[in-house]
Amino acid sequence: MCLAVPGKIIEIFERSGLQMGKIDFGGVYREACLAYVPEAKLGDYTVIHVGFALNLLSEAEALETLTMLKEIADINEDLGHEVPQAGEA
Amino acid sequence: MKFTQEFRDAGLVHGVMAELRRTITRPWVLMEICGGQTHAIMRYGLDQLLPPEIELVHGPGCPVCVTALELVDKALAIASQPGVIFTSYGDMLRVPGSGRDLFSVRAAGGDVRVVYSPLDAVKIAQQNPDKQVVFFAIGFETTAPANAMSVLQAQALGLTNFSILAAHVCVPPAMHAILGSPHNRVQGFLLAGHVCTVMGYWEYLALAEQYQVPMAVTGFEPLDIAQGILQTVRMLERGEVAVENAYPRLVTRAGNLPAQQVIHQVFQTCDRKWRGIGLIPMSGWGLRPAFDDFNAEKHYAVEAIQPEESPLCIAGLVLQGLKKPPDCSAFGTRCTPEKPLGATMVSSEGACAAYYRYKRMEETAHGD
Repeated sequence: MCLAVPGKIIEIFERSGLQMGKIDFGGVYREACLAYVPEAKLGDYTVIHVGFALNLLSEAEALETLTMLKEIADINEDLGHEVPQAGEA
Repeated sequence: MKFTQEFRDAGLVHGVMAELRRTITRPWVLMEICGGQTHAIMRYGLDQLLPPEIELVHGPGCPVCVTALELVDKALAIASQPGVIFTSYGDMLRVPGSGRDLFSVRAAGGDVRVVYSPLDAVKIAQQNPDKQVVFFAIGFETTAPANAMSVLQAQALGLTNFSILAAHVCVPPAMHAILGSPHNRVQGFLLAGHVCTVMGYWEYLALAEQYQVPMAVTGFEPLDIAQGILQTVRMLERGEVAVENAYPRLVTRAGNLPAQQVIHQVFQTCDRKWRGIGLIPMSGWGLRPAFDDFNAEKHYAVEAIQPEESPLCIAGLVLQGLKKPPDCSAFGTRCTPEKPLGATMVSSEGACAAYYRYKRMEETAHGD
């Protein structure tokens, strides 16, 4: 139920007094309500749950997390633990 | 940055697992609150990659599973009435009430429709002014802003044929119930990332301190879950009690303030029965009296229902982390996703459905 899917905001418009957007989920498009992310701009990434944007995604935070996890993985590789090559799970 | 593939990187997941093996010195029991995470853990086989010291128990974060049987029966009674279009998220249709489900109401001629968003239900009310449209407003904090907005939108549009059957539940009171139980085994929590996206995580600090249990706000991709587990285990190993944020690309300490404002405008805290668990005081949200016109329970006389649960089903113990699905004598035999005895076998978030789908069939040593 709390499933929420990341997507890119490619249109912003108003309908019946609500701020709405068109969201690109990797080539699949769907409308969503942007009332809870009033600061949203075109090109922002957001996370959609039952047709509503829950918040905007922060690329800076995402990159920081990935860098930190990469360091953890590298350290363990150096220590001789088995770490397979990077690639999709 | 697509915010998906990057967090499914097998090399990084294995790196975090290696770090976990290097960090851990003794057994720990962690609970992931959210059923969406239970499914992700099994879908990506994370449970099979974890060091044997870690036991994951599955929490009650599946709204379809915990929506009280009385409310499901009320939904069935309302949906059966002539002149009603009953709208619901799809997962609820197969949830067994006392003897039947919403699918069987539809088969008997009831107008039951699946909606993707509560705004779709409002649209149906606009398009059908001669019918009463009732929306089954289930969900945790994640779903509450959307459901609340449907009420405000119906009000703004001047609709008099739209109402909701409010069944909202909240995570922190359920965690109180789990941690306060004499049977509790949970030593650390993965907090539900999307609940925290809306509500923030500040309110969990008091809970962590009261019960001396560390927690990490955790996302839904395999790398997110591995990171949430690592951060929680690091705190446990160091003897620290804190609430860390392992999902900072989406979650802030304060949460989404506009969403919280609308939730509190439309809903107020109320006692709520949880299916299989029982009454948890102040654990739900119901409509404020100012929105009585949009309250389906005020429109339909559905008080005198005597709910009846399957005597075989142990969903309540599963939802509290006290039993695992294969410990149930009916699991996978008399109870399957096609013919569920309990709601945990129905939902895309239910623990029993996850074990069934991903074939985790063995009984656990921790059955009692």
